[in-house]
Amino acid sequence: MIDRSTFWIVVPLLAIGTYLIRFSFLGTLGNRPLPPWLTRALKFTAVAILPALVAPGVLWPAATGGQTDPARLMAAVVTLATGIATRNTLAAIAAGAATLYAMLALVG
Amino acid sequence: MSFPLPAFLRGARASLPFAVVVIPFGMLFGVVATEAGLHVWETMVFTTAVFAGASQFAAIQTMQEHAPTAIVLATALAVNLRMVMYSVALAPHYGGASRTTRAVMSYFLVDQTFATASVEFERNPNLTTPEKVAFFFGSVMPVAPLWFAASLAGAMIGRAVPPEWALDFALPITFLAMVAPMLRSLPHIVAAGLSIILSLLLAPMPYGTGLLVAAGLSMTAGALLDAWLGGRA
Repeated sequence: MIDRSTFWIVVPLLAIGTYLIRFSFLGTLGNRPLPPWLTRALKFTAVAILPALVAPGVLWPAATGGQTDPARLMAAVVTLATGIATRNTLAAIAAGAATLYAMLALVG
Repeated sequence: MSFPLPAFLRGARASLPFAVVVIPFGMLFGVVATEAGLHVWETMVFTTAVFAGASQFAAIQTMQEHAPTAIVLATALAVNLRMVMYSVALAPHYGGASRTTRAVMSYFLVDQTFATASVEFERNPNLTTPEKVAFFFGSVMPVAPLWFAASLAGAMIGRAVPPEWALDFALPITFLAMVAPMLRSLPHIVAAGLSIILSLLLAPMPYGTGLLVAAGLSMTAGALLDAWLGGRA
């Protein structure tokens, strides 16, 4: 369950912060180029954050009380492998979900 | 000056394929938010105010783990930092547009509208400013309304989803599926691999701070390796 006081601080600040990120150059017409090191670093934000966000939950899922679950682990591996092979997000999700349900049905 | 309808329609058509992605992601967000205990109206305030899918998921997850507010915000905003690049890239095309127009456009600047516009402007460099504005708002049409509608539909069916569906795992699968196609160069692969290893090693750090350290170090490693290999910044 989400704590309501946290929620109502996070939503407006995240909304404003996200808006300012989008407005930063488009809104102010800042034509100064970003320093190259910053442009370079920004290219890697998504690949650096999203895996870290999910990896602990993949290995130690809350749904199983932190016990490593073969079904969830296998589903994660198949999702990643399919996504790399096909470059297609939806195909990766479909393959991962199919693996998860097949494994849950098999192993229980 | 009349509204450049052809450019608007071209934009809408160009971003239409994204509907296939936006609908399931939006529904998933609604379901996950409801499962996390949010009311339908709270979910809708969230999704319309922020309008940035991956960061909304990230915020839900860290809030569910009861991370401190500052960590929740830092994580979710970090997910959105890539949009600075979008803002930088589009700015030169909209110097002739009014400040109000650019302020409204900023709200709708997401992965899909950016991708659509940047492809179009490369292909047709001679568009006028009104055409570029119309194209952008055309590209918003298949994305934003569908995202909101799908969030609402997901939030309304949320509680009807039984636990056997293992929806707890929809989020990890979605994030991994978003990252996998981005692993197209050695620095990207190293950054993602390091991100996984460090987040596991640093998981015992308090309040989700391990995640931020892991992400920061992985980003730095990816950028340094990219620079060393002589990639274009």
